[in-house]
Amino acid sequence: MASVTFDHVVKRYTADVTVVKDFNVEIKDKEFMVLVGPSGCGKSTALRMLAGLESITEGAIRIGDRVVNNLPAKDRDIAMVFQSYALYPHMSVYDNMAFPLQMKKTPKAEIDRRVKDASRILGLDNFLQRKPRALSGGQRQRVALGRAIVRNPQVFLLDEPLSNLDAKLRGQTRIELQKLHRDLETTFIYVTHDQVEAMTMGDRIALMYDGVLQQVGTPGDIYDKPANLFVAGFIGSPTMNFVPVTTSNGTAKASGFSVKLPKPVGETTGVLGFRPETLTDRITDAESALEMKVDVVERLGSDQFLYGTVGGDQVTARVDPRLAVAVGDSVRLGLDTRTLHLFDAKSEKALL
Amino acid sequence: MSVAQERLSAPVAKAWYAPEQLTERISGLALHVAIIGITVAWLVPTVGLFVSSFRSLGDIQASGWWSALSPPFRFTLDNYSSVIQTNGLGTALLNSFMITIPATIIPTTIAAFAAYAFSWMRFPFRNWIFLALVGLLVVPLQVTFIPLLSMFRALGDMTGGFIGNGTFPAVWLAHTGYGLPFSIYLLSNFFRALPSDLFESAEIDGAGTLTVFFRIILPLSVPALASLVIFQFLWVWNDLLVALIYLGGTEQVAPLTVKITSLVNSLGQGYQLLTAAAFLSMIVPLIVFFSLQRFFVRGILAGSVKG
Amino acid sequence: MDILITFLTGYLPWIIGVLIGVPALLAAYIIGFEFVIRLLPQERQGWVRPWVWVGPALAFVAVFLVYPTIGTVIVSLEDKQGNFAGLLNFQHVLADFPTGDGWISIRDNLYWLILYTGFVLLFGVLLAVLTDRVPYETPVKSLIFMPMAISFVALGVIWTFMYSYQPPGAPQTGTMNSLLTTLFHAQPITWLQDKRVNNFALILAAIWGQTGFAMVILSAALKGIPGELLEAARVDGAGEITIFRRVIFPLMMPTITVVGTTLVIFSLKAFDVVYVMTQGNYETNVLANKAYLELFTAFNKGRSGAVAVILLLAVIPVLIFNMRQFRTVEARR
Repeated sequence: MASVTFDHVVKRYTADVTVVKDFNVEIKDKEFMVLVGPSGCGKSTALRMLAGLESITEGAIRIGDRVVNNLPAKDRDIAMVFQSYALYPHMSVYDNMAFPLQMKKTPKAEIDRRVKDASRILGLDNFLQRKPRALSGGQRQRVALGRAIVRNPQVFLLDEPLSNLDAKLRGQTRIELQKLHRDLETTFIYVTHDQVEAMTMGDRIALMYDGVLQQVGTPGDIYDKPANLFVAGFIGSPTMNFVPVTTSNGTAKASGFSVKLPKPVGETTGVLGFRPETLTDRITDAESALEMKVDVVERLGSDQFLYGTVGGDQVTARVDPRLAVAVGDSVRLGLDTRTLHLFDAKSEKALL
Repeated sequence: MSVAQERLSAPVAKAWYAPEQLTERISGLALHVAIIGITVAWLVPTVGLFVSSFRSLGDIQASGWWSALSPPFRFTLDNYSSVIQTNGLGTALLNSFMITIPATIIPTTIAAFAAYAFSWMRFPFRNWIFLALVGLLVVPLQVTFIPLLSMFRALGDMTGGFIGNGTFPAVWLAHTGYGLPFSIYLLSNFFRALPSDLFESAEIDGAGTLTVFFRIILPLSVPALASLVIFQFLWVWNDLLVALIYLGGTEQVAPLTVKITSLVNSLGQGYQLLTAAAFLSMIVPLIVFFSLQRFFVRGILAGSVKG
Repeated sequence: MDILITFLTGYLPWIIGVLIGVPALLAAYIIGFEFVIRLLPQERQGWVRPWVWVGPALAFVAVFLVYPTIGTVIVSLEDKQGNFAGLLNFQHVLADFPTGDGWISIRDNLYWLILYTGFVLLFGVLLAVLTDRVPYETPVKSLIFMPMAISFVALGVIWTFMYSYQPPGAPQTGTMNSLLTTLFHAQPITWLQDKRVNNFALILAAIWGQTGFAMVILSAALKGIPGELLEAARVDGAGEITIFRRVIFPLMMPTITVVGTTLVIFSLKAFDVVYVMTQGNYETNVLANKAYLELFTAFNKGRSGAVAVILLLAVIPVLIFNMRQFRTVEARR
């Protein structure tokens, strides 16, 4: 059982290619930490450095108290589930799971016990003699998990394990993975590009972009208090609305409307951010209302999304599904000023 | 539109003799005729020899092989029996096996180890050496004979005739050297295509180089190894030049290819035996070919399809 | 039968010995060294290990390919006594342009180079495209490919029969002459002796033998073209011939190039067919045969070496081309 610490970790390939820049994060023991970000942000590289598959250019990685920089992968007491599962195609499910234990020269009886235990947890009992090609995608993934579980590692590393599954299976497996984490009581470090997975599965989320850690926090923190423009735009679907504004006297002025800011900010130019669900057709405060010309209406039964323009800016609103709106209408929507975000025009950091 | 107009403009099922249908049918037919024609023409040489091998000398000299296909049918097995019994073809057959099997196994095993290193190990000059191997693929064998003959002569003297010109070990070694560039090239291409996360997973699992090679790579490479074995087998079995050079033409050690060539030269008047001899020499490769065609073709396709 | 006994006692032990012994020996070598390597510190292991694995291969290649090539070049520059003689051998081989032996050989090789390569490619592409459109494709390709399995010696025998000659007036026993007399009402020809046609007769035999090879590879390349491209072209209104010219053929070009270079190499290596069918007589003596004859009938190492070197020089453009291609593909990985 162990915590994992990234201490000023850098990964540089050549003088101008630095994939991970000064990465600092501390992952607590037994925590489910998700590293999320768009392709190429460095999350997989960070994971691989932890696994021992990539060398560490600068900084230190600690598992528990041990610095593992120079330890070979097999001695780090970690287990990894690969995106493509990396099952040995010519070995049966049983042999795939037994393989790591054989490498450790575990006695046969012990191997058998551990494999059978893992197989029971994952529901693979009927498939132990099959080869990977006779299994479905979901079953293969469970074998990959089983191979990790039998090692009883201090940390589980998972590299986009759900991306090869179809949508329905993905939802099911998400739930199973969370249950597994609770049962095993071990640290999970999970890499994904899907913000929904990040939000639903993580105890905490570490958001990366362009090799730099943008923000670490619980899903709630990241959603409600994004530290910068990127985080605000990455998390949440549909994306947060961004409207360029100038501020003065506690008011933000956009091209099509103005709102009173909850806190004084001073004179700047910046980007005002507000999520679609903070717009409502039940207007309470006439001063923070805006007029939207509707271009597209999306009715999903449980929700209704309006896409349109306010002044010169594109805005998305989530409104009551029973509201009758047609394309081309002009609707008046109220904005909840308690949940406004303001981002500095240059630094993109949150000012509110 | 009126009912009549609608009926006139509706699509009508075309009669099979309508112009467009006919052209399509004819070109379709022409295709089949062309292909079948070409295939039949392709078979003519082989069939001609096959039929001739069952005819007596007199018949062969008197009429073309196709006349044997119409009455009176005069077939004989004499050619085959005399060629097997009196002309030493049996020994030649054994010699062919004696040469081919080791000359297939040795380069395959050496190439397997080397190909793994080229594919998954890093070492200085690796890419340059591999590039040199690619270059060596096209070197004509003629450019190696003279020095090697001297070398084998010296080796023969040193080892008391065990390894030297006219011995099997010499031919095995020569075929190994000649066959290695292609073998390494084929296996390397295959090994490199294996998914890298398979190796990473093995690394995390604690598998060392030997375990990875013997328990992961080899079992997964059976198709590629089979292709190589078959390809090399056929290549050596059908080889004439290397056997001529290093083995010489002596009766005891000559393989089928050399033996038949000498029959061609010596038989002058008796070439009805040649037909049977040639056909006998084709049996083994044809069996190997037809039963394992898939692998043979894969061997040829290795690295050939680009784009 | 005696043969069976000889086989079991004389041959089989050796064959099994090598079959089991060589892999076992090699494995022991690799495993043995692995234990030694493990004694080294972790970082250094990766420096030593690769060389152990490629060692045997590199040794064989150096001894059987690199060293002798250099040796042959040296020999080609020596006279019969072994003294340095400069380009004497080359002068001798290349004497009397254009009727000297050497130039006839070069001419013959050029015939092979152009006609063999050209026609094999042509037929290969044609057959690949045609067979692609019929359901009985597989057996047809098998039958056309089958000549690849037999030795050139057997092929030589088959075609010697095809070219059989009987004096005019007598019934022809060779297929070719029979066709000539019945379909074209012409006189039979001594295909293998007549200097006007014998090279082409040999080349035809080789084309028969190797077209299957080209066809198989080109067929695989053809099938690699996504069907949707062709459908899109048809929807765009292109006729079949246009589709071939402007979609299929360009996309097959890389493979055609690879097959083409391979065939060029084969054409330069042509020995067996010539040796069996004409022994190089009647001006069919390609360079490969000439090198052999100079060595084993004339016992002239220097001249044989010189011919071999000429062959090597002919191959070098292809060698460079292949290496360049390889580097481009590698860079793209």
